[in-house]
Amino acid sequence: MVAGSMALILAITLTPAERPEWFAAEGALIMSLLVLFRVSPVLVLRRLLLLSPFVAGTALAAALGPHGAGWRVLALRSGLCLATVILLSETTRFGDLLGTLRRAGVPDLLTTTLALMHRYRFVLAEESVRMARARAARSFTKGRRFAWMSSASLVGRLFVNASLRAERVYDAMCARGGSP
Amino acid sequence: MHIPDGFLDAKTAVATTALSAAGLGYALRRARRELPPRRVPLLGLSAAFLFAAQMVNFPVAGGTSGHLLGAALVAALLGPCAAVVVMATVLIVQCFLFADGGMLALGANIFNMGLVGTVGGYGVYQLVQSILPGFRGRVAALAFAGWCSTVLASISCAGELAWSGTVAWGIGFPAMAGVHMLIGTGEGLISALVFAAVARTRPDLLSAASPGDAAPRLRGFVVLGLLATLGIALFVAPFARPWPDGLERVATTLGFRGRAAAPLLQAPAANYQVSGMGPSVMATAAAGCIGAVAAFCLAVALSRLLVRTQDDAGNLRA
Repeated sequence: MVAGSMALILAITLTPAERPEWFAAEGALIMSLLVLFRVSPVLVLRRLLLLSPFVAGTALAAALGPHGAGWRVLALRSGLCLATVILLSETTRFGDLLGTLRRAGVPDLLTTTLALMHRYRFVLAEESVRMARARAARSFTKGRRFAWMSSASLVGRLFVNASLRAERVYDAMCARGGSP
Repeated sequence: MHIPDGFLDAKTAVATTALSAAGLGYALRRARRELPPRRVPLLGLSAAFLFAAQMVNFPVAGGTSGHLLGAALVAALLGPCAAVVVMATVLIVQCFLFADGGMLALGANIFNMGLVGTVGGYGVYQLVQSILPGFRGRVAALAFAGWCSTVLASISCAGELAWSGTVAWGIGFPAMAGVHMLIGTGEGLISALVFAAVARTRPDLLSAASPGDAAPRLRGFVVLGLLATLGIALFVAPFARPWPDGLERVATTLGFRGRAAAPLLQAPAANYQVSGMGPSVMATAAAGCIGAVAAFCLAVALSRLLVRTQDDAGNLRA
């Protein structure tokens, strides 16, 4: 799946600008895969819209540039690539991705870091939401300066908690006989 | 600043992938050797921390808000090699799970934000810290480093886009650098505030990070810095042509932008025969020079505000 997406993106990137029918074929392939894997079209559209400001901005910059005509191809190309990655992320579990990376010979420090990050991403996100709620419940001061200071101390606290948790994770790994 | 797929041509994608693979591989090896086993899980947790921290909003003006990018902050907290690993992890997950940044452009994104951002930020942090003493100096250094790392990464990004022929240097460089000089102000401010907050609650986490193991860390920094310099020389140098000499180029790419941008202005305009060197590029370079000085002054002022007295600073360090 990963290799397939890479190949598809490579193909899209290398498609010459003068062959619009190739883009149509690639688009049709992605569309049929999206339908085949029952990915919700609303979700794909929403994520495409969410991610497109940079694409739009750069396409605009390209449109202002010396080779003005290239921006349509550029927008088309990156839109198709985006759809491919959305397809990949909707159909493949993170664990399978990690397995692929491991088999491809990626150093285990990196895969361990990726796995730990994926494991604790939600934990820490929830923690930050909880801290923000607690702060909102207790503080009545308005104003930007206060918001910045308290957000910063929240993030700082989050780092402290993360590093304490890292020590506990290490202890737990040792207790289970692991050797990182 | 995440470059999507389709924006880079084959040669840029290959070159950036090779550079970032070399940098990441080296950082992984060094981190493996330098980090005590106890701190290995901290890399994953720091990456998760960055994700969570990026969700915390800082209100700017008119309903918009900004968030932390974190390259300079992580570099200051964990050291350059560990920071490269952490940033690369964040970028890999952003690419595969959120389609934020393309798959073929992953190498370029890791190079810009993971390598140039962290190593450049770390270099500036160390340099300013050696000039300004005390805890106040560290806060000012980090604020300035946050600004520099954002701007440097955006310049590298503009260079790659120009090298691919996607966006002309004359448009891309002023746009990218201009926007990121503003974003960098927020980044530096947030980084310094967070750093000070960590120092207030757990100063031992900071002291564990910096002194003592300075010598091996320096080697990692030099190698990674050379890689980043090589990349920037490759992507940016063809456009920003008449460089005064090699030393200036190294100085610029290592992060002393404020200083190194000056010779660009002194050189007679007649020398600028390369098409990319239009008036807008000159204006941006000048603005960058002024901006760097202003950012530095702001950073120092911020550190004075945050760390009221030297007595206070002493408490924070203890």
